[in-house]
Amino acid sequence: MAALPRSLFSKIWDSHVIRELGADRTLIQIDRHLLHEATSRDAFDGLRRRGLAPKSVAATFGVVDHDPSTQPGRTWMTYLPARERISAMQQNCREFGIELLDVNDSRQGIVHVIAPELGITLPGATIVCGDSHTATSGGLGAWAWGIGTTEIERVLATQAMILRRPKTMRVNFHGSLPAGVYAKDLILAFIGRHGIAVGSGFAVEYAGETIRGLGIEARLTVCNMSIEFGARSGLIAPDDATINYIAGRPFAPSGKLWDQAVADWHHLPSDDGAAFDREIALDCSNLHPQITWGTSPQDVIAIDEAIPDPSTAPVERRSAMVNALDYMGLSPGMRMEGLPIDVAFIGSCTNARLSDLEIAARMVRGRKVPEHVTAFVVPGSTAVKHVAEAAGLDVVFREAGFGWRESGCSMCQTLGGDSVPPGQRSISTTNRNFEGRQGPQARTHLASPAMVAAAAVAGRIVDTRKQPVLF
Amino acid sequence: MQSFTTLTGVAAPLLRPNIDTGTIIASRFMRSRSIDLGEKLFSDWRYAADGSENADFVLNQEPYRHAKILLGGINFGCGSSREAAVYALMKFGISCVIAPSFGEIFFDNACQNGLLPIELPEDVVVSLADAIKRANSAELTVDLLTRRITTPQGDTVGFTIAEDRRTSLLEGLDETALVLRHSDEIDAFRDADRRTRPWLYERSAL
Ligand code: SF4
Repeated sequence: MAALPRSLFSKIWDSHVIRELGADRTLIQIDRHLLHEATSRDAFDGLRRRGLAPKSVAATFGVVDHDPSTQPGRTWMTYLPARERISAMQQNCREFGIELLDVNDSRQGIVHVIAPELGITLPGATIVCGDSHTATSGGLGAWAWGIGTTEIERVLATQAMILRRPKTMRVNFHGSLPAGVYAKDLILAFIGRHGIAVGSGFAVEYAGETIRGLGIEARLTVCNMSIEFGARSGLIAPDDATINYIAGRPFAPSGKLWDQAVADWHHLPSDDGAAFDREIALDCSNLHPQITWGTSPQDVIAIDEAIPDPSTAPVERRSAMVNALDYMGLSPGMRMEGLPIDVAFIGSCTNARLSDLEIAARMVRGRKVPEHVTAFVVPGSTAVKHVAEAAGLDVVFREAGFGWRESGCSMCQTLGGDSVPPGQRSISTTNRNFEGRQGPQARTHLASPAMVAAAAVAGRIVDTRKQPVLF
Repeated sequence: MQSFTTLTGVAAPLLRPNIDTGTIIASRFMRSRSIDLGEKLFSDWRYAADGSENADFVLNQEPYRHAKILLGGINFGCGSSREAAVYALMKFGISCVIAPSFGEIFFDNACQNGLLPIELPEDVVVSLADAIKRANSAELTVDLLTRRITTPQGDTVGFTIAEDRRTSLLEGLDETALVLRHSDEIDAFRDADRRTRPWLYERSAL
């Protein structure tokens, strides 16, 4: 009898089952474990208390990304409040023999940017990290998800976790993205339509010709935002583009192992007829650039729409919308276009890879950030920074009045000494517009790099499609 | 981990939807061990810019400043994976959160630390909030053995939780120790897997 058609997720799950434990619980092998300084300290202490060594240092990678200053010329000590946690990370990695990509390592960067970039992320692998945006790595066809600190300790000690099998969802994106509309808009539009909890309990596969047409970096952006609709993981089946992307990366297999790996990866995509617990489709051919107006990623509209009126919204959402409008200093019926901004931030694991910076640079070339606007670029990794500099993008940004920084999490989340001052309005390429995320009382609008760059030089929110590229 | 059997204490209503872990504890308070996480719980809501208390925030009011139970809105604990959100709640004294739904990672983190997350339909959570507001004591009793919540008026509400979660909370189970007991099987799996997928075990750039 022919084997039942299986989904990408099911194939990965099946190949990682160590043992069924009963009562819906399964012991699962973890292939890759990423650590950063912000969530791993207690886990190392736990290991020490138990007198255990890490099960596999080869499977474990440490990086310093959340806390450090991103000021040019920074060292790990530049930002004073970060020293305690960074120094603990350095000591822990040294003591337990884990390779650490420290602040001034040329391979340093935001953990979810460097994992694919260095070839740590591989298709078909199970990858965990003490960080909710770990799903980013799913863009290469890995099953990757965020865990808590107790679980970090467990994975360090055992390379295994006890899991309940998630349900599966496939999201099919159809149509090609119109000019000026990007992966960020696609995923924001999806969240806007289906809400921030639709993915809860699911491993999500993104499919359809729109996804196939996206570059690898754009796929990473889509998977990055999975947690923003409640899904712990999001995956895209590997194809030739994926394999070309991985080839030759520092930690990627080479030689005979490479050939063996590629042969295996060809079997990963979901079989025709594979069943999913839920399927959702979205037509992208008429999508407009998206921008959030509220304090949740689902509070999103197209740039040419009006802010919705809570009184006509579903009852259960009304009070949250009223709170959000109050916090954001906006009112129903208002247009986002023309709204003055104070801060423009291009950075984070969502949108600070090379292609994002290229798109943003195109919008700012030959223009100037107005005096009253603070704008800066924090490349997703030190490697992205170097490649961008080699292409002269740093000059484009600096001439336009942007700050050009070292890599780190920075203003994504009030880190490294960077925050939006209270009450100020920020447009940001990041993933969360929660109250206080970019600083107490900060007002954050999420958008694509093109939208953020266009707003930075206009000093107000604009429709990136209407702003011509100068040269 | 701390075990959870039964708890009687003040329940505080905070029914806003989508309370994220960054609102529960902001990243800036997680950098140093000298910071008291309990004091910084819900900081942006609890304190004004000058550090004084916001009188209209529920945890600054009597009797709720002694809360041991929190009534939350849908999708409680969404967002960041930070386990510190659980530590902060527990440090404040809260070891049970009752909400219509939870962020998945928060739910797991809670169960790993002996904080009981209870999922109940929204109207039931609202009725519990009404019940404590009507009473003098504002106390609920949560019994994980019988899976029942008792209101100050003596009414009871049943709840469900996965059986293995319940047992591990009741026993204060150390799940890491449990996984460690399977070490031989893990090793055997890894040996076999290394032969099928050797590229995941060789580390080229070392
Ligand atoms: S860039 Fe932001 S979302 Fe990404 S890992 Fe850093 S803090 Fe988290």
